[in-house]
Amino acid sequence: MELLSEWQSNLALLALSPPGWGGNLLRGLLHSLEIALGGYSLGLIIGIAGACGKLYGGPITRDLLATYTTCVRAIPELVLILLLYYAGTDAVNQLLTWMGRPTIDISGLAAGIFVIAAVQGAYATEVIRGAIKSVPVGQLEAARAYGMSGFQCLRRVTLPAMLPFAIPGLANLWLIATKDTALLAVVGFSELTLETRQAAGSTKHYLLFYCAAGVLYLLVTLVSQVLIRFIEKHARRGLPQQG
Amino acid sequence: MPSAVSATAEAPIALAIKELHKSFGNLHVLKGVDLQAKRGDVVAIIGGSGSGKSTLLRCINLLENPSEGEIAIDGEKIRLKRVGSDLQAADKKQLQRLRSRLGMVFQNFNLWQHMTLLQNLTEIPMQVLKISRAEATSTAEILLERVGLADKRDVYPAFLSGGQQQRAAIARALAIQPSLMLFDEPTSALDPELVGEVLKVIADLAEEGRTMVLVTHEMQFAREVASHVVFLHQGVVEEEGPPAQLFDNPRSERLKQFISTVR
Repeated sequence: MELLSEWQSNLALLALSPPGWGGNLLRGLLHSLEIALGGYSLGLIIGIAGACGKLYGGPITRDLLATYTTCVRAIPELVLILLLYYAGTDAVNQLLTWMGRPTIDISGLAAGIFVIAAVQGAYATEVIRGAIKSVPVGQLEAARAYGMSGFQCLRRVTLPAMLPFAIPGLANLWLIATKDTALLAVVGFSELTLETRQAAGSTKHYLLFYCAAGVLYLLVTLVSQVLIRFIEKHARRGLPQQG
Repeated sequence: MPSAVSATAEAPIALAIKELHKSFGNLHVLKGVDLQAKRGDVVAIIGGSGSGKSTLLRCINLLENPSEGEIAIDGEKIRLKRVGSDLQAADKKQLQRLRSRLGMVFQNFNLWQHMTLLQNLTEIPMQVLKISRAEATSTAEILLERVGLADKRDVYPAFLSGGQQQRAAIARALAIQPSLMLFDEPTSALDPELVGEVLKVIADLAEEGRTMVLVTHEMQFAREVASHVVFLHQGVVEEEGPPAQLFDNPRSERLKQFISTVR
């Protein structure tokens, strides 16, 4: 009996409106998803540009990109986040001072998206580069032979044709991106993990809140998997065997 | 002797290649090849493997960059500039425009796998030639009908046989209303029982007076459809002329030898 009433009071802590902390957790989740989506999208753009640069660029472009992907993939993400967040903000402000402009406060959201994008971009570059190399050369040769410009080849043939080969890797990156947002807690950005820590710290109900956060992260993954399966099916529409 | 070439002597020149050389590193594949096709000609290029026939064909639309020489399509010379040991297009817009008039058919079909047959046929007309979707679609439907694939319009290429894919690839080439068609060993990747259906489509095109250059191993076919046959050996035109003359009265020793081995 005592146990049941304890459960009930615990669940009340998860209520959406105060004194429950549920609303805070959901707000945190929303922020996490914003950063993950923003960072992942920007990361994909970096990845496409990076892969093209590595495959078709000159020696200097290739060297620069190799340095970028090697460094980002070698350094722990936590270190990168601290480095890019603090040093990055500092660098922008020093540049502004040097230009004679007033310094600015960079929003946590913008910085978070930028940091995740820089990390995701490095991994996406390699995933997409590999996928482009898996496209049969004849597909591109046909596009060129019929007078497509370089950009048209990329947009109409290379990118859609490489997609089935890239999706497993890119799907992994998305799931990693959703969880990497938790690292932004260390720089004080109020995403799901930080909100959870605050709720748990204030109420001393650590198990309850961290389990609740875990369930929310799990839900994100489950929903993502359904979407990924749908996208993969579409991307593989022209390929006979399901790989 | 009456021949198809002299019969079309008045026709304008669709393709003119002068003194074409191509080297891959130290390997000198083409050593000064001249080739001409008038409107309505069917030029068959024959020769052993490694004779440079595919390279010659691929130089016409600059899929391979020649090392030396001149190429003109419908009297318009492709502007070239030297980059390293090869010549590249000096004017990308001109190259793209000329390429969009050349319907190329590849050995391995090279249909775009992520597009249905219909989309494969409308892609270049819509994206490169800027033709409306409605017009491109109706042309594509007529062409698919013509090559016997009307019922496969919404199928992806990988679900079709090699013969069906190659017929679709020919329809894709026709969809741009090409002034010149280039066939690069169109039946070499096909199972023997599928060769006939593809050759029949090509023969029909020859019949209706399409200008084409055809690299082929099918000697009997070359003899039947070509108006002019070019025998390439070690990168030079060893002998050329109307098919009857080349196949029945070969003058060069090498051509005699080649004909006796492929028969």
